[in-house]
Amino acid sequence: MKITKEEVAQVARLARLELRPEEVARITSQLDAILGYVAKLDELDTQGVATTTHSRDIANAFRDDEVSQSLDHDRALTNAPLQKGEYFVVPRIIT
Amino acid sequence: MEFETVIGLEIHAQMKTRSKIFCGCSTEFGAPPNTQVCPVCLGMPGVLPVLNRQVVENGIKFALATSSSINRENRFARKNYFYPDLPKGYQISQFELPIAEHGAVDIEVDGAVKTVGITRAHMEEDAGKLVHDDREPVSYVDLNRTGTPLLEIVSEPDLRSPEEAVAYLKKIHAIVRYLDISDGNMQEGSFRCDANISLRPVGAEELGIRTELKNMNSFRNVQLALEFEVRRQRDILLDGGEVVQETLLWDPDRGCTESMRGKEEAHDYRYFPDPDLVPVVIDDAWIERVRGELPELPDARRKRFVADYELPEYDAGILTSSRELADYFEAACMLYPNPKKLSNWIGTEMLRDYGPETIAACPVTPHNLARLLNMIEEGTISGKIAKTVFGEMLATGADPDAIVKEKDLAQVSDEGELLNAVREIIAANPEQVRQFREGKTKVMGFFVGQLMKQTKGQANPQLANKLFQQELG
Amino acid sequence: MMDMNYFSLTLCEAKKLLQQGEITSVQLTESIFSRIDAVEDKVKSFITLDREGSLVRAEEADRTRRQGRAGELGGLPIGVKDVLCTSNMRTTCGSRILEKFVPPYDATVIDKLNRAGAVIVGKTAMDEFAMGSTNENCAFGVPENPWCPGYVTGGSSGGSAACVSADESLAAIGSDTGGSIRQPASLCGIVGMKPTYGRVSRYGLVAFASSLDQVGPMTKDVSDCALMMNVISGYDKRDSTSINLPVPDYTAALTDDLQGMTVGVPVEYFSEGLDPEVEQVVRSGIDMLKDAGAEIREISLPHTDYCVAVYYLIAPAEASSNLARYDGVRYGYRDMEAETLLDMYQKSRSTGFGDEVKKRILIGTYALSAGYYDAYYKKASQVRTLIREDFTRAFAQCDVIVSPVTPTPAWKIGEKGDDPLALYLSDILTISANLAGIPGMSVPAGFSSEGLPIGIQLQGAHFNEEALLRTAWNIEQRAGIKGRRPELG
Repeated sequence: MKITKEEVAQVARLARLELRPEEVARITSQLDAILGYVAKLDELDTQGVATTTHSRDIANAFRDDEVSQSLDHDRALTNAPLQKGEYFVVPRIIT
Repeated sequence: MEFETVIGLEIHAQMKTRSKIFCGCSTEFGAPPNTQVCPVCLGMPGVLPVLNRQVVENGIKFALATSSSINRENRFARKNYFYPDLPKGYQISQFELPIAEHGAVDIEVDGAVKTVGITRAHMEEDAGKLVHDDREPVSYVDLNRTGTPLLEIVSEPDLRSPEEAVAYLKKIHAIVRYLDISDGNMQEGSFRCDANISLRPVGAEELGIRTELKNMNSFRNVQLALEFEVRRQRDILLDGGEVVQETLLWDPDRGCTESMRGKEEAHDYRYFPDPDLVPVVIDDAWIERVRGELPELPDARRKRFVADYELPEYDAGILTSSRELADYFEAACMLYPNPKKLSNWIGTEMLRDYGPETIAACPVTPHNLARLLNMIEEGTISGKIAKTVFGEMLATGADPDAIVKEKDLAQVSDEGELLNAVREIIAANPEQVRQFREGKTKVMGFFVGQLMKQTKGQANPQLANKLFQQELG
Repeated sequence: MMDMNYFSLTLCEAKKLLQQGEITSVQLTESIFSRIDAVEDKVKSFITLDREGSLVRAEEADRTRRQGRAGELGGLPIGVKDVLCTSNMRTTCGSRILEKFVPPYDATVIDKLNRAGAVIVGKTAMDEFAMGSTNENCAFGVPENPWCPGYVTGGSSGGSAACVSADESLAAIGSDTGGSIRQPASLCGIVGMKPTYGRVSRYGLVAFASSLDQVGPMTKDVSDCALMMNVISGYDKRDSTSINLPVPDYTAALTDDLQGMTVGVPVEYFSEGLDPEVEQVVRSGIDMLKDAGAEIREISLPHTDYCVAVYYLIAPAEASSNLARYDGVRYGYRDMEAETLLDMYQKSRSTGFGDEVKKRILIGTYALSAGYYDAYYKKASQVRTLIREDFTRAFAQCDVIVSPVTPTPAWKIGEKGDDPLALYLSDILTISANLAGIPGMSVPAGFSSEGLPIGIQLQGAHFNEEALLRTAWNIEQRAGIKGRRPELG
């Protein structure tokens, strides 16, 4: 067992996903199969091998410290599911 | 049982760039909500960050000013968590390879100098602001601040008292302001401080359980909060209890800390290198250019003030506690030949109202202050009158000559004018005259005082003395 | 040429006719839309169509052409995968969570297409957030392979592949993270190219896996592909991973022989799972290259077998982070009934995202989580280096690598639903190019006995798209299937 239902529930919480009870078992077994497969990588000795984050070796992509046009306020809020005046509105943060 | 306090500070200094760290929106404070935003800092689908070169420059400056080692290749990482003020659902920060590491600054507490280590300093982006509604269960999100560049500065847990912590905080504050990389305004939020604090028995090597303190928005509050927490932890330990590792919020109104336990969640930030940003490679040429452009830093300036102006350490310390005040002092010094007197004047007359942080707002220019002090030297006004004039200068910003003229405060140094008054006073006070002639020299103070009263303080005191001596024989 | 058949022109052919004044862009666009009307309910390539806007653009294109200022793609109707932000049309990424989202800006590629005068007829269907190989994960309908009803188009650029294959646009734009341009191109019998990473701007491309994603052309033939590459390529300062290298004229690469070129054939790409008919087509293709004067050499890409494992750790990890922004706060679907913040997040995301997306977010989150990062994400990043090195060594021995694109031709919709691992494994031949950042291309080369298209994959060294185009051109000249079209209404 590479991953248990409890771990799936924890990971789902981290990712802000809610799984229905009937989904949990199925997803757990699918994830388990995938994790079982990727363990294949353990066959390789990667001692001292550098990681690759970028497939090209570029560095120092900069911009100058200059102010450019911001979005006008209406466009910034145009897709907001809920807004009040100038703000995005969200339910209160309570536990 | 004696306990030792162990404190580490985490400072977030907002960098004073014109535009944000990863996009061109303005960083100006106080704009209406959600008007300094663009698709990039709003975290819209498909957008990409591009790094503001000035932010790197500022990081290099800070590293050089704190003798930190600069990671020639440093990278950005994503810190993943969900919060409404964090549009992308991750903060772009630096994790494994920060721009600067292993630095140090010296602090002075009660005359003792101590070196405090800086573990690391790294670049990251700020989040937005949430405003909570009082009546309805909603919060309002303003994303203007998202993407403002921050420098996060983490100290080694080298601080052993709240005083040391505040001294360190002030030192870092002075440095970032000297370098002009941050406004360092704690009240406005451009300079924030969190503390980690734990106690351990004296002599123990292992660190005790620590708590994290947040929401201290002034030097004073940092001191109060840490003092409170030291007492609180000490009480627990003396009772045989165990300190709970938790995050505490300082409540300045109630003067105590409030636990966030239960409201916070264990965060697994899942840091990984940000694939949208490429490494920052800093070569020698860049470092040397920045080094060449560094301003004189607080410690060096203080030493120079001691050496060149022959000021005591204490004075030099105060005058160099901000770049602005040090600049002010030096500008005045160019026009007035007595640095110590200038320092005294500033210390007693000015710092009450305009301190190292606020000197820029002072209506009295260095030029005018120098003029005022020169007028005392020249005998145009007495020291006492000068204080009155100065009060007026602070209120109106007018120059001293104008004030003296307008209020007719010039010192009277005309012997003729004074002689009459002197003789009048002698005639009117035979008892004191007899005392003086009997040898009670202290009575001279009385005579001079009388003359001062009569001339509304404008008599030249030295001349007054001389004339009385002369007339009393 | 009869009016109604303008839709069957290639980009280059239509461009010529426009230049010669033989047709107008309006006629061309109207022809495209009447084709769409005729076949769209069978093919289902599009999520959003913009008939009115397209005709306006077409008129504009005709006007600028009359003024002598026609752009490179002036008046040519194309489709765009719904993963690129268009400010005049919603951009859904095939997901309910963005069903109503209209971006307040245009992607750089869209900007380039607009400035070149292209007429964007609509946004094409895709696997949700580009996660999938069949286009069955599209929340707005599954397109069908024009060559065989009820068969998959491939994915995740399935809609773009289908619309080009069905002549519903003259060309299209797709995106490729693990083969999402090349595989559907192969399954639908069209040309598809994934450029070198950094060749085409990602600004405005809704991110799936940032270090792997690239935008590329999907076209009826190799010439069209070269033309599109000329327009969409180039440095973009808004994309830090964009490479600042000049863009050559890709159309100049289309030369008729391969003298002096060495073609590498990787042994690992011809293993047991490969459909014999696919192998046959590819081997014939290799013969054609020999015929054209290329030297054929067997090479090895020893870490091929590990690329699926690497990909299915790195891509979901990056995706789990990229998709965190879909939280219902500033845009996208929000569950308005949710009373607490936590509820809002969880319900909005769980309702808005489909199953495959959720699964990949979970894998990705797990692979990055405390205690597992080293074993999964970091390990995969290290093996990625080994895969890169395989290609560096390979390209010291050859100019172009030739292989199949996908182990089998298209299959029935719904057939591979239950075994996600099997589907993931079918990406084995295309994934490595994304991991190494090299360019890859699919060119039609033959058909299965059932009449399903089979493409040949070409891979080249970084920024050597010219070698791919040249090789593809030579295959196209010799394969004898150019101009063959599926039979649709």
